[in-house]
Amino acid sequence: MERTTLDLWVGMFVVAGIAALVFLAMKVGNLGTYNVSNTYEVHAYFSNVGGLKPKASIRDAGVLVGRVTAINLDTQRYEANVVMSIDKRYQFPKDTFANILTSGLLGEQYIGLMPGGDTEMLKNGDQIKQTQSAMVLEDLISKFMFSKAAEPAAK
Amino acid sequence: MTVINTIRGIGHRIINAVWRIGVAARFFFLTLLYSGNSFRRFHLIIKELFSSGVMSLIIIIVAGLFVGMVLGLQGYETLKRYGSESALGVMVALGLVRELGPVMAALLFASRAGSAMTAEIGLMKATEQISAMEMMAVNPIARIVAPRFWAGVISMPLLAALFSAVGIFGGYLVGVVQIGVDEGSFWSQMQAAVDFREDILNGVIKSLVFGTVVTLIALFEGFDAPPTAEGVSGATTRTVVTSSLAILMLDFVLTAIMFRGA
Repeated sequence: MERTTLDLWVGMFVVAGIAALVFLAMKVGNLGTYNVSNTYEVHAYFSNVGGLKPKASIRDAGVLVGRVTAINLDTQRYEANVVMSIDKRYQFPKDTFANILTSGLLGEQYIGLMPGGDTEMLKNGDQIKQTQSAMVLEDLISKFMFSKAAEPAAK
Repeated sequence: MTVINTIRGIGHRIINAVWRIGVAARFFFLTLLYSGNSFRRFHLIIKELFSSGVMSLIIIIVAGLFVGMVLGLQGYETLKRYGSESALGVMVALGLVRELGPVMAALLFASRAGSAMTAEIGLMKATEQISAMEMMAVNPIARIVAPRFWAGVISMPLLAALFSAVGIFGGYLVGVVQIGVDEGSFWSQMQAAVDFREDILNGVIKSLVFGTVVTLIALFEGFDAPPTAEGVSGATTRTVVTSSLAILMLDFVLTAIMFRGA
């Protein structure tokens, strides 16, 4: 085979391979939809994060506004410190409420934000003060059982 | 006496295996040492890219398409029970990008291109072409081995990416076009679940490792083959067996390192 046709074939092979990688990155992966650079970080304390994991989504009104970047235990308060990076396009008031919610009955957990009415906005490094922990099924059941036991017996 | 002979046989085999590993490691370092030359004569690498990469395209694309289609079909049957057919895209994409793409492409590459490399070099040795090169003061490792090595290392990630991309398309064909899973949730859930660094780049790293190992095994077996018809055929078989086992074992190790806990 001539060298020029050989080069052409190899070139086509390399182009096809790179095109496949770009397809994987853009269409299959999240590189095309989520820009990491334009974010600001806030953190919040939760007494229980349940099944929340790093990279869980942060939503307001159901719209994806950011991702959880880190979860670690603060040994001073014995509470979970959750670091979130939020897209710069979305600004939230200082008295925003952060809840750990579950998508669907058994779906994955995410953080839902409920904006308050403050005129000042959250800045990079700020803390979200009002939080609500994850719903733990066992706690819920035990609460229900205790309240049932405390009720005077029927009849 | 038979007991002693058995023990002696086992010891001999182990020592032989360790000895071969040592020679293979030295061979690897020599290949890296002399690869500067082959980058200066890039047309040698291009020629090998054609015979190992381009010629493997058809088998990779066809295999990828069918693997993706089977994943789509089986995944749908299982996910349907939990009412989560919309997660089909996630399953197909993660399965292909993380595991099946790199592993299957490497297995196919080992049997399609690796065996050919071993047979070619073994035959060169049997017909004394390699000795002739040494007589002409041409370093056979720089002239024959290094270009093939780099062609393998370059083409493996490209082939794995193609395999994954075609496989996802196959899963799309079966899941969305044929069965009728919602197209929007197929792609959007896939995009939400597949992370570029965590999943795709780790897949590329895997296939780079597999490419290095497979080509190294193929070249070493060829270079080390006894210069007889029997020796070359044995070396070709060993290439396919050893590199397949190496791929599967390394895949477990790499998966344990990359995806543990996350």
